[in-house]
Amino acid sequence: MVQMGDNLVVGCHCTADVKDCMLKVESLKYAEEACYNGILIIKAFSSGLEIGSCNWSITSPKGSIGYISSSVFSPVVAMSFNYKAFQRSDVILCSDFSSCNAPDKYDDDNNCSDPPGDDFSSSSDGDVNAEESAMLLSSDEYLEEMEKLDFICSCSMDSIKAGGSVLIPIGRLGIILQLLERFALALASEDMKVPIFVVSSVAEELMAFTNIIPEWLCNQLQDRLFSGQPLFTHMEMLKDGRLFLFPALHSLKLLKIWQEPCIVFCPHWSLRLGPVIHLLRRWSKDKNSLLVMEEGVDASLALLPFKPMEMKVIQCSFLSGMQLQKSHRLLKILQPKHVLFPEVLKQDDGPSETSFPFSYYSENKTLHIPYAKEDSELDIEIELACRLQYMTLKQKDMNVSRLKGELVVERGSYRLSLGNDKLMSSQTGPVLYFGKIDLNGFLMELQKKGMKFTVDEVKGDRGSHKAYLVHVLEPGEALIELREAQTLISTADENLASLISQAVCGVLDCI
Amino acid sequence: MGIECLVLGAGQEVGKSCVVVTINGKRIMFDCGMHMGYLDHRRYPEFSLIPNSQDFSDSISCIIITHFHLDHVGALPYFTEVCGYSGPIFMTYPTKALAPLMLEDYRKVMVDRRGEEEQFSSEHIVRCLKKVTAVDLKQTVQVDKDIQICAYYAGHVLGAAMFYVKVGNSAVVYTGDYNMTPDRHLGAAQIDRLQLDLVITESTYATTYRDSKYVREREFLKVVHKCVAGGGKVLIPTFALGRAQELCMLLHDYWERMNLQVPIYFSAGLTIQANMYYKILINWTSQKVKDTHATRNAFDFKNVISFDRSLINAPGPCVLFATPGMISGGFSLEVFRHWAPYEENLVTLPGYCVAGTIGHKLMSAKIPTQIQLDEDVQIDVRCQIHQLSFSPHTDAKGIMDLVKFLSPKHVILVHGEKPKMATLKEKIESELGIQCRYPANNETVCIPSTHHVKAGASDAFLQSCLCPNFKFFKTDFERGSDLDDDFPQGDECCSTVQPGEEGR
Repeated sequence: MVQMGDNLVVGCHCTADVKDCMLKVESLKYAEEACYNGILIIKAFSSGLEIGSCNWSITSPKGSIGYISSSVFSPVVAMSFNYKAFQRSDVILCSDFSSCNAPDKYDDDNNCSDPPGDDFSSSSDGDVNAEESAMLLSSDEYLEEMEKLDFICSCSMDSIKAGGSVLIPIGRLGIILQLLERFALALASEDMKVPIFVVSSVAEELMAFTNIIPEWLCNQLQDRLFSGQPLFTHMEMLKDGRLFLFPALHSLKLLKIWQEPCIVFCPHWSLRLGPVIHLLRRWSKDKNSLLVMEEGVDASLALLPFKPMEMKVIQCSFLSGMQLQKSHRLLKILQPKHVLFPEVLKQDDGPSETSFPFSYYSENKTLHIPYAKEDSELDIEIELACRLQYMTLKQKDMNVSRLKGELVVERGSYRLSLGNDKLMSSQTGPVLYFGKIDLNGFLMELQKKGMKFTVDEVKGDRGSHKAYLVHVLEPGEALIELREAQTLISTADENLASLISQAVCGVLDCI
Repeated sequence: MGIECLVLGAGQEVGKSCVVVTINGKRIMFDCGMHMGYLDHRRYPEFSLIPNSQDFSDSISCIIITHFHLDHVGALPYFTEVCGYSGPIFMTYPTKALAPLMLEDYRKVMVDRRGEEEQFSSEHIVRCLKKVTAVDLKQTVQVDKDIQICAYYAGHVLGAAMFYVKVGNSAVVYTGDYNMTPDRHLGAAQIDRLQLDLVITESTYATTYRDSKYVREREFLKVVHKCVAGGGKVLIPTFALGRAQELCMLLHDYWERMNLQVPIYFSAGLTIQANMYYKILINWTSQKVKDTHATRNAFDFKNVISFDRSLINAPGPCVLFATPGMISGGFSLEVFRHWAPYEENLVTLPGYCVAGTIGHKLMSAKIPTQIQLDEDVQIDVRCQIHQLSFSPHTDAKGIMDLVKFLSPKHVILVHGEKPKMATLKEKIESELGIQCRYPANNETVCIPSTHHVKAGASDAFLQSCLCPNFKFFKTDFERGSDLDDDFPQGDECCSTVQPGEEGR
């Protein structure tokens, strides 16, 4: 079921555009490394919201960023939120807005299930975090979701028994799949033969697809694979004629087999598009029929064109993100160096225990966060590191070494290696002098070489220092001009020039 | 610290693959297989040679299983449930789904048919597989803070993977069994270019160079067709998984094309059940099979019927897939006894048969012949024998291609025959200049590992290293000087060359 944004008219695109666009998309598995430009490692981790939905992490040699959007700890179909992947991120960007409108509540229940595993390091987080994790993973959420689904199912059965039909314009795949399973069970236990229709242009593809993606599902469903059952019962339901998939309401075959009461899944949740409009018109006066909507839509507005409504309506909210309380617990476990919250959360109290620095971001505004460290990480191969010969600088408290090697940028890290030149000699290239000339030291060097000289200072317009001029008188005549970043030796005597040059080198650092 | 490689199985032989690699102090077991040719203690790897073998959970950081064949996973339930290993175990999703079928089938053959004392029970298999973490291809898994693993597609059988393991700065790839050319249902092996200290590769066909697969497939179809046209019965002993599906796809397509009505049977529920797994796990097959799944799942064999014992002596031609592949016992042996004495029948043999099995005896036999089953049972073999010459293993060219592509510092050969391994070793060392070893079972090989020194690098340093078109850096410091302007001026900072903007 294709969900469309609110701006239906603006920027509508055609199928070719969609196909063209998708050709440019590189798909990734969860936790697969995509390397951008050698230097950024981009990874996706399951967020639990829907099949395939994810949070992202970007790692560079200077630090890492995690982007966490709406995430569910124990979803009913999708693989659960892999939060452990974000442990020790430098910056975490929180963009889960579900906490803005949902009231907070949490229980201290310790029924924990395993999170999806990418990190098997045992108990490195300490006892406090173990307790926190248990709280995050409590199965309450899961049970609550299951309860909601059961409720929808039992209401639907009541309607059907009374001779009404059930209309479900919900776009969330996970919910549809779960409801299908429940309906199959409930109908079988009541021994009722009521057809279920899924009417959508992508229904067929979607149902075939969901049965071949065990790697993207929650543990409960994966266990079905490992115990030799099909992932979902809908394949069987299709085969024995309990479930029918049609691209549109006017499909000829659909009209032939149509019977009521029935259960119909179809788009669109806004009740302004797709088959749902026709079916609502048909059933809105039937007090035995039932419409199941997701919360978040303004029901009174959405139903306005269909008034007067005699059809029963249930509105149900499903988990679509973290509760505020939980997100704070989560951040406590993850221990990021900096957290970014959406500005809308500012009105709340903010994180109660500020164990981490945080700031708020807002729409269309760039936020600068300084790197946690100034330098990039660099790996030097041990063979190369062993060859480095350090020397101490005269003018700074610092060791330096000349090095010849290859800088490799690969899989998000810098590495210095010997390269192909494995047999490099310890001294390569000309000696390099650097540093500032200290006048007194330089004069002493000249004296040592038995020279006689006079010194003048050249001043600028406002009396600022510009240069020293050293006139050498013996053993020959020469002029040495010492500037901040340049020394000029002028003489007609080559020997004298080289003597003075030696004196200059004597006061400089060299490598 | 270096990399220590203890070969516990598949050293200079094929069978019970098991290599224990210690990298920078972390110990990883690759595969935990059993030897199908032995019934005594030699069927399992010699686990006691692992250092600190009184507590395997402590001495081994993790176990990685490459695919579901028994010579790669057969000893796992024994190792976890009897030897007591309780640490993490990794395999791909299909391997986790299919390995228990193979294990259970083997256990049944051993206990129910041969009446042997069981080495592990069904319960053991279930408990063992519960400890397994399934991984997806290319998914990086952080086992602990030092060990990172990643699976790559290996072809060979459904779910087969090569595994990359990185501990600190040292990295190893263990290939398991792989295929460098795509077959009817699987794609070719695929891996990234990686920085590696060691590649441990299989070498089943270390000296074989194969031509096109299609010629050999046609040959197979021809003999099968000829046999059934003459009213004969065809016995195709196979592993339940992998080869069975590949051959079945081949026959199925041929049957449809030629409009043949001769029944194709699968023995027992095992392979039927396996087909269901193949349907769910279709993402792990070749691109071509994947692309058509929505319209017709390639593993929906509508001409295939399940076989019943009463059909063994039924009149008329048929094709039967039966396990096990090397006719070492079980149903394929039972059918073989009935069908072998008749000239019009045909038995196909897999490309490789372990010494000691009937399959192995038939490979070298001249028909007609007699085969001794045990002391008092002997069978006259007059049927035709056809050995399948296509194999899900890479040939020598494939091995060379992979090693060249990965360019590791060292290569270790396993899963092959000693003389052929020796030839391949020479080739790898002379042509690729990479050191190569092929240790025997229970031998340890040590190679140096890579270490890096961590340092911090300033942006200026990285920039000047990365930008090849550097210029001498000019500061604005001396702008307006009345001295020589064209003279390059040294900057006072340590980095003497910097990527400069255009000079004045």
